[in-house]
Amino acid sequence: MRTAAAAAAILIALALQTTLAGLVIRGTAAIDLVLIVVVYIALKSGPVTGLVGGTVAGLIQDALSNPILGIGGLAKTLVGFLSGVLATQFILNGPLPRFVLLVLATCLHAAIFMGLYVLLDLRQFPDPVPAVIGQALGNGFVGVVGFQLFEWLPGFVDRRRAGRFLKR
Amino acid sequence: MAIADIRQRPGMLLGGAILLHVVLISAQVNTASGLPVLQVVTFGSFSEVQRGTMTVVDGVRNLWSGYIALQGVHAENDALKHELQALQVRLQQERAEAQRTDSLRQLLELRERANLDTAAAEVIAASASTEFRTVTIDKGTGEGLKTDMAVISPAGVVGRVILPSGRAAKVQLLIDRNAAAGGLIERTRVQGVVEGFGDGSLRMEYVPGTSDVKPGDLVVTSGIDGIYPKGFVIGTIEQVDRGTGGYHLITVRPAVDFTRLEEVLVVRTPASREVPEGEP
Repeated sequence: MRTAAAAAAILIALALQTTLAGLVIRGTAAIDLVLIVVVYIALKSGPVTGLVGGTVAGLIQDALSNPILGIGGLAKTLVGFLSGVLATQFILNGPLPRFVLLVLATCLHAAIFMGLYVLLDLRQFPDPVPAVIGQALGNGFVGVVGFQLFEWLPGFVDRRRAGRFLKR
Repeated sequence: MAIADIRQRPGMLLGGAILLHVVLISAQVNTASGLPVLQVVTFGSFSEVQRGTMTVVDGVRNLWSGYIALQGVHAENDALKHELQALQVRLQQERAEAQRTDSLRQLLELRERANLDTAAAEVIAASASTEFRTVTIDKGTGEGLKTDMAVISPAGVVGRVILPSGRAAKVQLLIDRNAAAGGLIERTRVQGVVEGFGDGSLRMEYVPGTSDVKPGDLVVTSGIDGIYPKGFVIGTIEQVDRGTGGYHLITVRPAVDFTRLEEVLVVRTPASREVPEGEP
């Protein structure tokens, strides 16, 4: 059940990401929804699930949009694993720690992704720092809000149902 | 069960995932030379494995041949050292023999060329005094040697017999202060007397100052002294100065190296006294 939810989240994120691909800042997508989902899976399920989720999500994302299959996958695999490790070592339930984690995860992902492309002489990223910072802040903000909503929504629905039942 | 085991080992799973991605990326990317990265990396990695294996094998082989398999090498080394010393001694003997053979061959050639009755002799001793330049040879009156017989070598005139004994003879070298021989300059046929100077060089006396003489001219025996046969090399003119009494002062460098004299020929045929041109 948990695996199915993770797979569904990844697929939704991929679908949204492909439709929101127009939001681009200097060649880099301003928000990486798939990355946010991978980090969330890692936060909730640990390093192994984060690793698997990152691998699957990254490979699918690569297959959909990147010329080389595996570079995005490798980046998201490492991010998912390390996020899961951090989640097991530190308490990352508050908005600020999660924001920091998302910013770090985005920077690491960008470093691996861009670094491999440059290293293999497949693509150049002129002046990538502003774009990466923009994406990191965007991911951090959207991710924190999304995480809170996702965690708050089930309880809110239950409380509404319980309230209606008591009124009757 | 296996999946559960893997989940307990996230590090292994991470390594596997990274390897999977690297292989996947390498299969799609070409190097600058156009070859797939996967192929290049695989070949490069395997060649390093081969190199490492070879290094280990070489190391073991060297260890075996350089340390373990050295039993008996010490004895073999000693035997080889002895053999080397024996060979060095033998080499020196062979070299000396070769030099002696060469020297005797030259002497034989001279003997045939001179067409004189000669006796080959070996120098067995040198002079005990530096004032008198003499050597002792191993032939004496027993071989027909007499006083005033000329002694020659392949290089030129050596001297004359001054004291023959039964089995040895003393030879006065031409460079002795008291030695002299009739000489002529081969190029111009100008005659004179060649005398020893005591310092290893020769002087040619009584050569008129008007005659054509220059350094490098060859001086040979003239035969007028009745001792030395005509035409044997004495030496080459080294220096020509203006002398007193209307004569040149000529320094002659001997053709024979008197310091390395070993074998000589004693001319037993008496030299016919040559009459200088112009004399009655």
